[in-house]
Amino acid sequence: MNQMTPNPDSSTYTSYTLGEITEAQPCCLPEPHLQVRDLSVSYGEHQVLGTVSLDIYKGCITALIGPSGCGKTSFLSSLNRLTDMMPTAKVQGAIHFDGEEILAAKTDTLSLRRRIGMIFQKPNPFPLSIRRNLYLPLKENGIRNRKQMAQRSEKVLREVGLWDEVKNRLDSPALALSGGQQQRLCIARALVLEPEVLLMDEPCSALDPIASAKVEELISSLAGRYTVVIVTHNLAQARRVANYAGFFWMVEKVGKLIEFGQCDRLFETPESELTAAFVSGVRG
Amino acid sequence: MADRLFSSAVWLSAALVAAALLWIVADLARLGLSHISLEFIFSAPENAGRSGGIGPILVSTLLIIGVTLAAALPLGLIVAVWLAEFTRRENRLGKQIRLALDVMAGIPSIVFGLFGNAFFSIYLGMGFSILSGGLTLAVMILPVFIRTCEIGLAAVDNSWRQGAQALGMTRTSAVWHILLPAAAPAITAGLILGIGRATAETAALIFTSGYVDRMPESLLDSGRALAVHIYDLSMNVTGGDPAAHGSALLLITLIIILNLLAQGFSDRWLHRRFAT
Repeated sequence: MNQMTPNPDSSTYTSYTLGEITEAQPCCLPEPHLQVRDLSVSYGEHQVLGTVSLDIYKGCITALIGPSGCGKTSFLSSLNRLTDMMPTAKVQGAIHFDGEEILAAKTDTLSLRRRIGMIFQKPNPFPLSIRRNLYLPLKENGIRNRKQMAQRSEKVLREVGLWDEVKNRLDSPALALSGGQQQRLCIARALVLEPEVLLMDEPCSALDPIASAKVEELISSLAGRYTVVIVTHNLAQARRVANYAGFFWMVEKVGKLIEFGQCDRLFETPESELTAAFVSGVRG
Repeated sequence: MADRLFSSAVWLSAALVAAALLWIVADLARLGLSHISLEFIFSAPENAGRSGGIGPILVSTLLIIGVTLAAALPLGLIVAVWLAEFTRRENRLGKQIRLALDVMAGIPSIVFGLFGNAFFSIYLGMGFSILSGGLTLAVMILPVFIRTCEIGLAAVDNSWRQGAQALGMTRTSAVWHILLPAAAPAITAGLILGIGRATAETAALIFTSGYVDRMPESLLDSGRALAVHIYDLSMNVTGGDPAAHGSALLLITLIIILNLLAQGFSDRWLHRRFAT
């Protein structure tokens, strides 16, 4: 926990937001991985998100903050087309991802979702064994070699710090794990497909403080290797883990992106008065 | 005071129900146990069932139930999956099918018997046969089985559907690997209700599988089910009561065994979830 506590006096500001970079390219190359343009989401007649445009940078952690009901989750589920599951949802605008248009009708959502993984607010391991939770997505992805499946499972379980806790009971039910362990298993399950982007919808809000801190530590460690978009209501957490932050607010009953920028800049010197009021706890 | 009155009433009602069941079983055991022997179970009936055994009738009963399950289980599961997972709640066709099933569940079995006689026996030319009887029973138990399975599936935690989708799993594989195993207890409940109803059925079988009490040689032979045999012995055969009691005791035993098997089947299926 300690190494992640922000030190406001430090001149090397960005260092605490990065976490440990263990491999791959450094974080915060200003290279857009996902380019969102004029994204609007409505459910039936009710518009929840209006004309949001922003770039999500490769290898960085982008936090989305703002009060409940201002469209952050809808924004997130548009990125992997999970909005398709909701019959009344209508998504307009454009999202470019590696030269492809996510919102295009011909996009293969199954392979898109293997490249853009998602973690939910409530841990949702399948009612299967720990091992099968990891094998099932692999098998779906055409990897059926047992040795390969075992190796990849071990790798991701180590990555999320769960290996030592579960290596002797891989065949016991995943639902017998604690909440924090379940959430880390869900992250491992998303990572086992080797996605490029991870979407996290308030991944810590259903967890107790200690489990939450562990998951937060894990999220920090993902920086540099994965592009992470995290919705959080915990401002301190956003500050600790994120490189970039976007602030959403309701304007005339429609969720809007008010401000977007480098995380510490957004918190230290917000441009919008709304942002300033929200991050200082005056509003929201 | 009111509380004590209410709780005594609750206990009393429960005791009454349990007592009625116990009475039936005890009475059957008292009257029928002396009649049951290995010979009774395996030999053919003689003298219209007054003496001899019920071997061919047990075989016919099991064959009829086998046909029923072979038809109702896959068809019922597929329709339930379609209703619960592949159509929206407000889908018109889905709504109409649900309504039709609920109405069908309340139709008296004699009507199914007449339908089975007209459709399977005459129209499809199966005649009085085990096949015709089994299929009629399948039609009869399908409504309750489908609705129980559908409700079981609908009750499965939606976050698993979301999780499966987010991992790029196909809907088929989510249904097969996650949702159906999670709904297994409900499916078993539906199965047990269905088996119970099918095993105890008389009216739907008289016109479809008939009441020939010889050993059936194929599914196209007529075969007498246990419940039909009991009906015949107690209503049409003077002096058939002792054999009827023995048969009834065996029928109850058979239902219990089949329920245990269904339970075991479901447990295995649940266990499959933890196997790699």
